[in-house]
Amino acid sequence: MLKIENLHASINGKEILKGINLQVNPGEVHAIMGPNGSGKSTMSNVLVGHPSYQVTEGSVTYKGKNLLDMAVEQRSHEGLFLSFQYPVEIPGVSMTNFMRTAINEKRKYLELPPLSPSDFLKLIKAKRDLVKLDSKFMNRSVNEGFSGGEKKRNEIFQMAMLEPSLSILDETDSGLDIDALRIVAEGVNKLKTPETSVIVITHYQRLLDYIKPDIVHVLYSGRIIKTAGPELALELEERGYDWLIKEFEDSQK
Amino acid sequence: MSVSDIYIDLFRNNRQTIDAGIAPVINGCRERALQALSEYGLPNKKLEEYLHFDAEQLFAPDWGMNLGRLKMAVDYTEAFRCNVPNLSTLLYYLAGDTLVQSESAARVQLDNGVLIGSLNSMAKDYPELVEKYYAGIANMERSGIASINTMFAQDGLFVYVPDGVVVEKPVQLVSLLQSKVDMMVNRRILVVLGNGAQLKLLLCDHSIESRNALSVQVVEAYVGSGASFSYYDLEETHTANHRINELFIEQQSDSNVELKTITLHNGKTRNTIFATLAGRGASLNVDGVAITDKQQQVDNYTYIDHKVSDCTSNELYKYVLDQESLGAFAGRVLVRQDAQRTAAHQTNRNICLTRTARMFTQPQLEIYADDVKCSHGATVGQLDEKALFYMQQRGISESEARTLLMLAFVDEVIGNVKLEPLRDRLRRLVEKRFRGELGHCEGCNICK
Repeated sequence: MLKIENLHASINGKEILKGINLQVNPGEVHAIMGPNGSGKSTMSNVLVGHPSYQVTEGSVTYKGKNLLDMAVEQRSHEGLFLSFQYPVEIPGVSMTNFMRTAINEKRKYLELPPLSPSDFLKLIKAKRDLVKLDSKFMNRSVNEGFSGGEKKRNEIFQMAMLEPSLSILDETDSGLDIDALRIVAEGVNKLKTPETSVIVITHYQRLLDYIKPDIVHVLYSGRIIKTAGPELALELEERGYDWLIKEFEDSQK
Repeated sequence: MSVSDIYIDLFRNNRQTIDAGIAPVINGCRERALQALSEYGLPNKKLEEYLHFDAEQLFAPDWGMNLGRLKMAVDYTEAFRCNVPNLSTLLYYLAGDTLVQSESAARVQLDNGVLIGSLNSMAKDYPELVEKYYAGIANMERSGIASINTMFAQDGLFVYVPDGVVVEKPVQLVSLLQSKVDMMVNRRILVVLGNGAQLKLLLCDHSIESRNALSVQVVEAYVGSGASFSYYDLEETHTANHRINELFIEQQSDSNVELKTITLHNGKTRNTIFATLAGRGASLNVDGVAITDKQQQVDNYTYIDHKVSDCTSNELYKYVLDQESLGAFAGRVLVRQDAQRTAAHQTNRNICLTRTARMFTQPQLEIYADDVKCSHGATVGQLDEKALFYMQQRGISESEARTLLMLAFVDEVIGNVKLEPLRDRLRRLVEKRFRGELGHCEGCNICK
């Protein structure tokens, strides 16, 4: 589904990603862990096409197409979704209007007619229930005045609405209490199908207790320095990153 | 010869033509206006409140004026529909300054004593009433515009609502600029609300020709104690149409006034509001939206005079400027020494979509009382890049995302229009404007 080869990217001339290689197959859940500043968020931003980052080397293929050639919205239409670490507040744009526009732009891309108002409302209702998001949020401005937990639930609600094939969850667990974490994780799991894949970016094991990864990567200094099974996350929880970093630095000498 | 001298000469040479057929009340104020113009002249760019708007330059061309009051042949009601759906209004058309009677305007005197109709006719039928108010608050020592308007005024609209009377239906006045030649139109509007009276007035400025035109309009509005007045002023004309509009309003105690000035499409526009809070407990909301592109220019100047204690004024102006357009806002709030417990708040927020669009904003608070709550804020910025990216990630194209953000930005003003059908209509018009589908006046059959 996604194939990243030797990806280098920089922001304001400063290189952050220094040769990422990663392959995600349909149905897989990958966890990307790593200390602060290792490049985790940069990687997710580069994949969805944030304009502040420049790709300087390497390639990214998504469903056989060159992802880096696509506009931000086209990547979205092709099934790429990012759950933002800090969801953006958009005063004056209602959730309903926002979602209707997003859904219908995607349908237009797929050469489908716009959703009828009644079908749209039914869809909203079904997806809201998934993350227990109250209907009152639909008339409010996007993320404006939402609590931290509500914002993250809203991200998963949008994910449910857009039915992406590859979702990147960027520190979706940050700022969540344990109940909200469970609701969010359950939402992600319910949306999971054998055809869809998830990349979970997190600092902590605790989200991975709910969203079970197939493969765990450790990102450090813009490179993936370790790839292993889910047991790696448990080991990191216990031992921290220092031993891995030391191992990596020794191997570079 | 200065620009004002041209008008003084024009006035002197055509005095008989100007006066012919016009009510003595209107003719009787001309000399005073002439004196004021001779003494003070037209506003020029040396004046602080005209820093960004060259009024003299707009008056300089040799505009034709229809002083002989030649009838225009077009049936405006057929040519034009300013259709606000679901909004049932008492509808009037002004061609130039002349009222064109429509079916609902046939009766100028409603059962409850309300008078609506041609200013000139009303000034003949009710001279004492009109004389009491006409040219009373249009301060000609302060405004050369009011002087010129009063010198040449021949007609316009008069609305009178007696004490305690509520006019349920909004009064809508559609002003049409229509001429086969370049022309200046000079219009006068007088609104009088008695104590406890209620009125909603919607002014729509349109043009059905692309000739160069200058529209000069002075509105005087008296709002009695406990009265309630909503005034919506929508301009949607052509890039060759320029407009200078001055509104003078005086509010008595416990009155409520809502003023909204919306510029959707124009050439060069100057809107001036002189508001006087003359009675305790009066409350005033002044809002505006301007959407500009090309070389369009919108300049809003407001002057709010808190004369007495316990009054409230709130101002919110929002501009979205594209391409090489130019915007200016200056808001002066004067809180006099006796105006204790005044609450005055002013906000002006602007978005420049391009590097070449320019905005000048200037809050001017002058406060002589010590127990007041006053605030002001002004910003000039761009669309929120983070929000644009977030929306694009959700599949919304950049242009659509920009449109949504711009709509959201101006909806802070449009969204609080109390008249619901008008609010919906304005939202639709603004959306069309942002989508570039509003090149000229909406609903105009001639342009289509």
